Amino acid sequence: MKKLSVKKLCVKELSLQKLIQCCGLLLALLASVCAQAQPNTAPPAMDATLQQLTKASLRETGALVEHLERVGGKTMRPLFETMLAGDLHYHKETGQLMAVRKNVDGDRLGRDVFSGADFGVQQRRDIKKIRVNNRLRSQLRSALGRMDLFHGSEAEKRAAVEAILDDLSTENMRLLESAADAGVGAAVTDLIDLAEAMVRLRDSSITDERLAAIEVMSERLEAPVRNQLQRLVDNENEQDMVVKAAAAKALDKISGRIEFYGQLEQLFFGLSLGSVLLLAAIGLAITFGVMGVINMAHGEMIMLGAYTTYVIQQLMPEAIGYSLLIAVPAAFLVSGSVGVLIERGVIRHLQGRPLETLLATFGISLILQQAVRSIFSPLNMQVVTPEWMSGSLSINPVFSVTFNRLYILLFAIAVFVTLVMILKKSSLGLNVRAVSQNRDMAKAMGVRTEMVDAMTFGLGSGIAGVAGVALSQLTNVGPNLGQSYIIDSFMVVVFGGVGNLLGTLVGGFSLGVANKFLEPSTGAVLANIIVLVCLILFIQKRPKGLFPQRGRAAQ
Amino acid sequence: MKLKKFVAGLALAAGTSVISAAALAAETIKVGVLHSLSGTMAISETTLKDTVLMMVDEQNRKGGLLGKKLEAVVVDPASDWPLFAEKARELLTKEKVDVIFGCWTSVSRKSVLPVVEELNGLMFYPVQYEGEESSKNVFYTGASPNQQAIPAVDYLMSDLEVERWVLAGTDYVYPRTTNKILESYLEANGVAKEDILINYTPFGHSDWQSIVSDIKKFGSAGKKTAVVSTINGDANVPFYKELANQGISSEDIPVVAFSVGEEELSGIDTGPLVGHLAAWNYFQGIDSESNEYFVQQWKKFIGDEKRVTNDPMEATYIGFNMWAKAVEKAGSTEVDAVEQAMIGIEFPNLTGGVAKMNKNHHLSKPVFIGEIQDDGQFEVVWETDGVVAGDAWSDFLPGSKDLIADWTAPIKCGNYNTKSEACSGQVQ
Repeated sequence: MKKLSVKKLCVKELSLQKLIQCCGLLLALLASVCAQAQPNTAPPAMDATLQQLTKASLRETGALVEHLERVGGKTMRPLFETMLAGDLHYHKETGQLMAVRKNVDGDRLGRDVFSGADFGVQQRRDIKKIRVNNRLRSQLRSALGRMDLFHGSEAEKRAAVEAILDDLSTENMRLLESAADAGVGAAVTDLIDLAEAMVRLRDSSITDERLAAIEVMSERLEAPVRNQLQRLVDNENEQDMVVKAAAAKALDKISGRIEFYGQLEQLFFGLSLGSVLLLAAIGLAITFGVMGVINMAHGEMIMLGAYTTYVIQQLMPEAIGYSLLIAVPAAFLVSGSVGVLIERGVIRHLQGRPLETLLATFGISLILQQAVRSIFSPLNMQVVTPEWMSGSLSINPVFSVTFNRLYILLFAIAVFVTLVMILKKSSLGLNVRAVSQNRDMAKAMGVRTEMVDAMTFGLGSGIAGVAGVALSQLTNVGPNLGQSYIIDSFMVVVFGGVGNLLGTLVGGFSLGVANKFLEPSTGAVLANIIVLVCLILFIQKRPKGLFPQRGRAAQ
Repeated sequence: MKLKKFVAGLALAAGTSVISAAALAAETIKVGVLHSLSGTMAISETTLKDTVLMMVDEQNRKGGLLGKKLEAVVVDPASDWPLFAEKARELLTKEKVDVIFGCWTSVSRKSVLPVVEELNGLMFYPVQYEGEESSKNVFYTGASPNQQAIPAVDYLMSDLEVERWVLAGTDYVYPRTTNKILESYLEANGVAKEDILINYTPFGHSDWQSIVSDIKKFGSAGKKTAVVSTINGDANVPFYKELANQGISSEDIPVVAFSVGEEELSGIDTGPLVGHLAAWNYFQGIDSESNEYFVQQWKKFIGDEKRVTNDPMEATYIGFNMWAKAVEKAGSTEVDAVEQAMIGIEFPNLTGGVAKMNKNHHLSKPVFIGEIQDDGQFEVVWETDGVVAGDAWSDFLPGSKDLIADWTAPIKCGNYNTKSEACSGQVQ
């Protein structure tokens, strides 16, 4: 039963996207109107009100919009959409209202809001924008939502009804009724039923009716339901004790479910943070864990991956959606080849001298940072999040999963599995394991250890580059990107057990989850500190980490 | 004999070098620029260095000051707070500058403060800050909390009818002090304690999932909720991204920020930020002739059409011009004379209206609330009726509400206690 409702409610909620869609819709609308060349003007009675828009303050504009919706109804749609997009302007001298958008050349093109008639290029100084603020925008959006109740898509209808839950006026209820009569999907009908139940609980005086309403409401997680029940429980004037008790019980039930989903959400946040840690650390698990090289430039490999993403996006601005798919192999190659260069140029000369390696790689990390500063700039670079990665998967009103985090979690696991397969199944993997277990013996058996070293380091660095692609979606792409992850990476690898990939996986996820479960009670700053202290104590107790290597490999 | 000659020569050499230095000093007026050109703060502070250079250039084209040319002396304190003090000392003792324009972070200002006070220098500080300070040797041309934070909260309360408040900030002195002031201000305005959520995060925080989720929960209690953000620098981008991803739009829960301006928005994808707010005393988008001239002049000076202007630049602009006016009024660059001449000086803002330097070394300026647009600029949605006088000591903190700063006779004190009528310093 629960499963079914979860499935039913799986609807994308993308407010920003909607806004963009709105703009697109508007353009399409204007274009189509233009093409048909049908004069579609506002009713003449509205002209006076429309003219007032040019002189109104933000507060007055709100009242005007209300009036326009009441009188104009659906015909006001183009006007509201233009306002919502922030395109509504008027000519300073003539007072003519127009929708103004910049074309590709940066010229401001004016069109009639209703008919789409072309007013030609407008000078910046001649026109003035009609200001829209947040309050007005939400007013416009709910007005458009009310229109959507009859014409919008299923998701838009849902959003419109959800908005109405906050404002159950008689007028809105009448609107819902007529929408229900006009025919809506099952999910929307459920919501309308809920709205009716809420009104019954509020207005009815018959106990049974109100109890039935509470029964319906107790199944729902929407915030307005909770708030109404809470108000009822807190209301001292409420005489009906039976209803009050039922409301309190329903509230308990709802809180229980919210608590459950809250825990689930924490878990997801923890796994997500863990996946970031895993991604950052997994390359290091190869270079440090398997090869034993303390690579302080590991963070810079991640940074190079992120910058590769930026460059790829600059090269293909038309296809941002695919840019990440191309960036993954590109980042692997870029970071991987830099890794090979570092190994060939520096690290192999310092074999078996960990302190010198540490200092040398630290120097390399500074050189790489400064190189990026000089080539790009010290400022952060803008990496665009593709549309398919923005927004969230809303499972119910209190639990939703953001797409970018979800994809990165899956991506981290995929990278991990691939890496394990490479080490376990490929000949490179076999060689790597052989060299890391007994270098001399491997050499005696004909393994080209130098080659294997370079390849292993390249592999580890390449994986770090791939991590950079993922991180570019979460954080700022700047010269300091790598620095913020190097400590975390070492922490995860040491915690998991050096030389053990599974340990890195478990280590990353457990640190992430622990951090996120601590955060609500301690705050972000303290949670970090507590995790670090626990880690130090743990290492004191078990210096080799969660999964220490045993047997010959342990040398 | 030889030795004597040598000593005499040395003395002569020293003498001539002193003379030549003095002669040089007489020819120019030296303007010290103490902004980080490297390190983490370089992103923000380099802009202000360039602004001062542009102002010096402009003043010289107008014929300089008191018949002398201005000469900028630029040093680089490299985002290193103790180095700020050393460089300030170098500017005042070695370079003998007549005025310093500098500092960004509060900690750098606190580091410079004892030096300028000891050597009786003169410094202009152009960035919004937490207040609770007034020095005889410093003029604060950025906003104090009552010129930025308090009006922003007023706007949210009156226009957006916000009843629940999230005060989110980075964990350091400016957000902590500002939030303390805001908290007691909100409580004084009848906001219940359970309607305020305060949250601090480390510098550069990037994992905002739980915090945004908490904000979402906090905001679903049926009362209009807003976030007042003193989140600093880099951490803002992932914060706004997470808000957008979790489906919180600026219409549901608006965020008003005190550290996000045009400069911070350039180079990031502003799509997810549209409709969120910022409170400043200046926006590049404000339509006035002097502002348009300033923006064009800046773009020309820097040679980049895409560069933007921001509030601390305007603060530098006003500070510089006021100083120039004060020098002319005093007829010299001598610090004490200029300091007294500064008080009461007026200069037009770039946004229209006139800024005035008050007795407490803070400015009277208008306050604007802007909404972020998709082109990275702000659109003003609200502004104060007139100018707001900067308050050195907040009226909303128990330790400082009786304190005022007044650098005119007879008080001449930066922390004068109006109750005990003594230049007492902070109440314990």
